[in-house]
Amino acid sequence: MSRIAPDLVNLDPRTAPPFPQAALPMLRNPQLRKNVAHAINVIQAKRANLVAEKTDWQELRSSAAAIRTLALENLGTYLEQFEANCSAAGGTVHWAADAAEARQIILALLRQENASEVIKIKTMTSAEIQLNPFLEAAGIHAYETDLAEIILQLGEGEPSHIVVPALHVNRSQVREIFARRMGLKDLSDDPQALTNAARHYLRQKFLTIPTAISGANFLCAETGSVSVVESEGNGRMCLTLPRTMITLAGIEKVLPRFQDLEVMLQLLARSATGERMNPYTSLWTGVTPGDGPQRFHVVLLDNGRSSILSKPKQRQTLKCIRCAACMNACPVYRQTGGHAYGSVYPGPIGAILTPQLMQMQHAQSLPYASSLCGACYEVCPVKINIPEVLIELRAQVTDIERKTLSRFFDPMYLGLRIANLIFARAWAFHLAQRFGRIGLGLFTHKDGWIHSLPSVGGKWTQTRDLRGLPEQNFHEWWAARRKEEK
Amino acid sequence: MRTSLFITCYNDTLYPETGRAVVRLLERLGVDLDFHPKQTCCGQMHANTGFHGEAFSQAKRFIRLYQDAETVVVPSSSCVAMIRDQYPGLVAELGNEELRQQFEALVPRVYELSEFLIDRLGVEDVGAYFPHRVTYHASCHGVRALHLGNRPWQLMAKVRGLDLVPLNNLDRCCGFGGTFSVKNAEVSSAMLAVKLQDVIATGAEYCTALDNSCLMHLGGAMHREYVGMKTIHLAQILASTEDCPAEATL
Repeated sequence: MSRIAPDLVNLDPRTAPPFPQAALPMLRNPQLRKNVAHAINVIQAKRANLVAEKTDWQELRSSAAAIRTLALENLGTYLEQFEANCSAAGGTVHWAADAAEARQIILALLRQENASEVIKIKTMTSAEIQLNPFLEAAGIHAYETDLAEIILQLGEGEPSHIVVPALHVNRSQVREIFARRMGLKDLSDDPQALTNAARHYLRQKFLTIPTAISGANFLCAETGSVSVVESEGNGRMCLTLPRTMITLAGIEKVLPRFQDLEVMLQLLARSATGERMNPYTSLWTGVTPGDGPQRFHVVLLDNGRSSILSKPKQRQTLKCIRCAACMNACPVYRQTGGHAYGSVYPGPIGAILTPQLMQMQHAQSLPYASSLCGACYEVCPVKINIPEVLIELRAQVTDIERKTLSRFFDPMYLGLRIANLIFARAWAFHLAQRFGRIGLGLFTHKDGWIHSLPSVGGKWTQTRDLRGLPEQNFHEWWAARRKEEK
Repeated sequence: MRTSLFITCYNDTLYPETGRAVVRLLERLGVDLDFHPKQTCCGQMHANTGFHGEAFSQAKRFIRLYQDAETVVVPSSSCVAMIRDQYPGLVAELGNEELRQQFEALVPRVYELSEFLIDRLGVEDVGAYFPHRVTYHASCHGVRALHLGNRPWQLMAKVRGLDLVPLNNLDRCCGFGGTFSVKNAEVSSAMLAVKLQDVIATGAEYCTALDNSCLMHLGGAMHREYVGMKTIHLAQILASTEDCPAEATL
């Protein structure tokens, strides 16, 4: 058993260690890397098949990108439209500027209900505002009802993926957690047995707890409807059985028209879980007498989003529909899993979203947690050019850092500043090549290769050799050849 | 046709044999090749690391240097991707209308090597002979930024003697990523290790690509791990003939 020690996982971007450091325990955990690679391979293969069968996939992507762009460019209008339509249908809309305000609104609503327990549909937004620990401290226990979230809650783990949060945990680890926390000593690791155990555990909660919290996949401005998609039906239970439902949604989740769901739902299911249609698509508008929750609240959360919206180059980040296709495609995520990102939003989208939600005050290592290979952009159903945003954020981080004294003398910063002076003049470049040949010559072995370098170079040579510089570089060869010809 | 070779800073410094191969190949195909002696770097390293200001000055320098070139050929997919994908943003930010016009006029004339051969010269068979077992790594920028598509295979299919072995996960990143390889050295190395497994599994003598940066990464690990395989830029394979085989490499 190779569970990650809980103290090595910190998903609070304000206190999490930088990515290169946070990645180390993950890289050194072969079981975790095996679990992650296996889970991703399964999803990736399913996705690839279903994308291939859609002859209009690229057109769908373009439509989705256009819909999301339209929504963001008129966000205020659509949110007000949503509020009016949701309110007219019997819902109550609350506006939260930040995480603290959202938590207070939700707590006050739960107090009105005299709730000491609440059931939850999987919502990453509630993890973003750290809702569960806050409610616990206020004496209200939140029960997760998504299977993966149950595994994490009972196992005291943290999510490592936004669609399959327990993807880093394998079947035998799930068995161990359930057996221990549900008191089922003889539980086998057969998937059916594990599911039955979870079902038994959940049914009691569904039938006794009258208050629920959900997130939202989409808000529809035109109708005031909210939509949640899921695979298990546990969400559907939460959406139908309780008396009161509280939905927490980021302000960017709004779609202009009801018909936009036609495009979004086709893309989301295929991109997220590799299914033609997700098993449960719930869609509700306000309250309906005699059917489902009779009290319904929506908490619209800003928490840094409007600041992202105000920056034209970065705005596309908010187009995200949280399908996680980017993390499944990412060769970095594949090696590290989600915990290394120090945020509830890992992977490529997390690498651009988290530092922006933190107003660039934290998570500054995340824009660098990418080789810029472009696999994320290629799969993104709403065409977020993640590499472009990563580079933009790197520029912002560099502008902040280069003014600090420690970075001024940092070998990489120093090297890049000098390189710029060199690249501005061919003679300086050629001179530097000569010095480089002499300098690196000191480290070059008889076999013509460099096995070890000091400083930044040592980061290269810790796993890789470097071929020594050639006797004659290209432009020297060219010049010599021209001379001969004349 | 007058064509200017932008060799790129790291090919000039580290891989002159690739440059010599491009010259031999293109001259064999009748291209009148020129080399601007003042060329240095496209600015990719600075741009991708977040040094925007520095990238501006290098982009500006590149555009000015090549504004009169009929066509520019570049044996590096990531440098072409820098020019095509990042220069427009840099130029727009600079707000210099004259520079913008120069750039717009220049960019359709900048070709990656396989694009130049197939799209500009219209050749697939370059008369090459390379009797070896080879696997091809599709570099990220070539696949996803330049959309080179089938071009490399069109060229390789016509190389006599070439035994091409397919590579599993061929478009998965090798983990180089420029300064990523030292800023996130451990993660980069982990990515490299899984890539190397796929490459070794082909049992090829050579691993080729259209970008020496990936090959420097893979080759560095091959040498460290005593893997009996070498890296070679596709230009060197295409330049190779029966009379004049590819230069021996380390």
